[in-house]
Amino acid sequence: MTALREDLETIAWTAVCSYTDLLPERGACALVGGRQIALFRAFDGSLFAIGNRDPFSGAHVLSRGIVGTRAGEPVVASPMHKQVFSLATGVCLDDPAVAVPTYPIRVTGGTVEVGPG
Amino acid sequence: MSRLVVVGHGPTSHRLVESLVAKGFAGVITVLGEEPRPAYDRVALTSYLTGRSVEDLTYPTPDGVVLRLSSRVVDIDRRAREVVTADGHREPYDVLVLATGSSPFVPPVPGRELDGCFVYRTIDDLDAIREAASGATSGVVIGGGLLGLEAADALRGLGLATHVVEMGGWLMPRQVDEGGGAVLRGHVEALGLSVHTEAGAREIVAGPDGRVAGLVKPDGETVEAQIVVFSAGVRPRDELARRAGLEVGGRGGIAVDDGMRTGDPAIYAIGECALHDGMVYGLVGPCFTMAEVAADRILGGEAVFTRADLSTKLKLLGVEVAQFGAMEGALDVTFMDPVGGVYQRLFVSDDARTLLGGICVGDATPYNTLKPFVGRDLPGSPGELLFTGGPVNAELPDDAQICSCNNVTKGQVCAAIAEHGLTDVPGIKACTRAGTTCGSCVPTLKQVLVSSGVEVSKALCEHFAYSRAELFDIVRVRGITTFSHLIAEHGTGRGCDVCKPVVASILASLGNGHILDGEQAALQDTNDHFLANIQRNGTYSVVPRIPGGEITPDSLIVIGEVARDFGLYTKITGGQRIDLFGARVEQLPLIWRRLVDAGFESGHAYGKALRTVKSCVGSTWCRYGVQDAVGLAIALELRYRGLRSPHKLKSAVSGCARECAEARGKDFGVIATEKGWNLYVGGNGGFTPRHADLFASDLGTEELVRVIDRFLMFYVRTADRLQRTSAWLEAQGLAYVREVVLDDSLGICADLEAQMERHVAGYADEWRATIEDPEKLRRFVSFVNAPGTPDPSIAFEPERDQVKPVLIPLEVVRS
Repeated sequence: MTALREDLETIAWTAVCSYTDLLPERGACALVGGRQIALFRAFDGSLFAIGNRDPFSGAHVLSRGIVGTRAGEPVVASPMHKQVFSLATGVCLDDPAVAVPTYPIRVTGGTVEVGPG
Repeated sequence: MSRLVVVGHGPTSHRLVESLVAKGFAGVITVLGEEPRPAYDRVALTSYLTGRSVEDLTYPTPDGVVLRLSSRVVDIDRRAREVVTADGHREPYDVLVLATGSSPFVPPVPGRELDGCFVYRTIDDLDAIREAASGATSGVVIGGGLLGLEAADALRGLGLATHVVEMGGWLMPRQVDEGGGAVLRGHVEALGLSVHTEAGAREIVAGPDGRVAGLVKPDGETVEAQIVVFSAGVRPRDELARRAGLEVGGRGGIAVDDGMRTGDPAIYAIGECALHDGMVYGLVGPCFTMAEVAADRILGGEAVFTRADLSTKLKLLGVEVAQFGAMEGALDVTFMDPVGGVYQRLFVSDDARTLLGGICVGDATPYNTLKPFVGRDLPGSPGELLFTGGPVNAELPDDAQICSCNNVTKGQVCAAIAEHGLTDVPGIKACTRAGTTCGSCVPTLKQVLVSSGVEVSKALCEHFAYSRAELFDIVRVRGITTFSHLIAEHGTGRGCDVCKPVVASILASLGNGHILDGEQAALQDTNDHFLANIQRNGTYSVVPRIPGGEITPDSLIVIGEVARDFGLYTKITGGQRIDLFGARVEQLPLIWRRLVDAGFESGHAYGKALRTVKSCVGSTWCRYGVQDAVGLAIALELRYRGLRSPHKLKSAVSGCARECAEARGKDFGVIATEKGWNLYVGGNGGFTPRHADLFASDLGTEELVRVIDRFLMFYVRTADRLQRTSAWLEAQGLAYVREVVLDDSLGICADLEAQMERHVAGYADEWRATIEDPEKLRRFVSFVNAPGTPDPSIAFEPERDQVKPVLIPLEVVRS
């Protein structure tokens, strides 16, 4: 736990938007260092960040998918062909050999920040 | 460790490898493929020319399999147990499987080596044909069989005037008889193709540039063509086996026993190169069965390949053609409709009780309903079965084959249902593979599921144990207005991409304000969320409403100007509207500001909602018209616009019985009569086309509208998720829906009408409301931290003076 905390302190965070810019149970996309990062605000207020690119279609659209749960796990369904990805791990629950990157995300003083993946 | 080597990488080879890996084969599998790419779906080859990519068609290679592409095997050293490739590589094996397939047969016609002559087998062949087609105006296919017609379809799709030359007396002589061939010819010629039967190729002649210029028929006539495709059958690729001293058949094919083993116990042969019991098979079903049998044997099993059923059902050039069982019998019954282009013939035993086989052209329904009865007592009189075309309800016997692609019987399906407690079709697919290849048996699988007494789960998803219709009633009766309220009291978890749009649709059908208001916005699919249709590169398309397809020149100019100013690709839709493609999310409000200012409204092309009411020009202009079709179409479209429903709703109005608006292909269609209007319901195009049924005749306009109000609201209340009116009508029964809607047998018609009145009164244009509300506009940004930056992954390139998306290369990350 301590080690993890140190990691978090040393990584570079980028401010992307204010917390209220994110709508509950919906995604938004941020452009960070040329990377498209999909940001999600879950029902309970917690935040997640994963790669915006849908690996099945190649299109950068995951931030526009429907957010929900599968067996309690927070997920997003690709708006292209509906494959479901875990917001926590990035793994595709319909095809566990496929995954999208995940990124650290936090709120500091009402501002949403993401870290490098 | 056991080393398994497979020579050839086509669909059969892939199926073998997939099966071995799934069954836990412990050794190393090495596949040597001649082509530069991994195995792809050859059955769907032609779709490559209509836009499917190599990636779409390619089968996923299972993990751990070693794939050596562009590796042509030239020799088998049986003593050393090694295969030798053209580049000298030697691959040792303990077990060898030959899956070398077949090669197109090119008859020894003078000129067959000329530039411009092709075969039709691989993606490389198609690339070459496509390249040559760009400088050509006409093409000829030699061979009028199944593959020949497929090739002809491809040439036609490439814009060439297309000829088909067939040696036999009619098209597809292996699948249909002369009568069926004549009907098929009618369909093919109606598409603009020229058919030459009892004709071969005497010579292929060159032009001054040395390339193909034409084909000379035996009668001396020359067919002008710059492209010639040989499709005169295939020959098994048995040359490796021949050289290695394995037994081959007189007309080719590697001889195998019932376990797919050649004379050398370490070598198997499967697929189109194998000769079993005197037969070589070119259909995917038997080839897959061979792969399964070989996989089982390699793993020590005792599976047996038996003579396979050669029944075929396919759709070529848009025409259904099917053949099952025998093509002759003591007696036969023929149904022939030259107007509709339907030919159906059943062969029966001399006592007219046992079904021997059948041929269908134009409508293959008897294939689905009667094929399982081949060799058994017919479930009715042959004439009745053909003429009524009604579904056969008789119980299928246990050994009736249901899935011919994967050779699965009804008994096997029932056993899997009982053993694994299956409750749905995906479960059957996973356990038996039935329905996983061409999918045409899925309706039969559902019937088996129902008739085996399984209570098919009606639960929408893991979050709700209710069907859509039950949820509709819960929401309506309890007056629930939010998803949170509904799931807290009647569901579990936080929803998903299945239940959220369903609940959003129910709330919208019952009139709960704008679909992007408050919590409702989070429930919407991306199309509804951005009020536009997502396309393959992540951009959206825009469809303004054009009621009845009637539009003024000024409005047309506005659409043209908007498309030009935003660089959008424009296309006329099938529903008499104009679709504008390639808009990025941040452009949508700007585009709609212009459209709304010019008086346009949302066309709901993105919603499960009323799309369009198409019309012919009607009695106003047409000398045949008997009613004002355009006027009624506009009135209906304005009445039902914005109505959210379980699936999309399409409609049309024709001004006379000639039916130019194609109203019988719609969810609700209206055809004018001398006395008023005939209403048809439950039609649709799509994957399973269905003609609409006549629901009521000679209605006055007011009465017509009342009946449609009731019909639509009854559908909206009671249909399943994503169930079109066609499937809903078949599930409910036409007679029952008539009783409810016309005779008010449930006493709900006043309620249905009132509900529709509320919808009509509450309608507001979704796009106008959106551009006038800053809160709703917040979502239309590319990046939350860089709203002015367009998505850099979106790019376009020119095609035919417009834009098209530059497709994003696909590399699925597999861990």
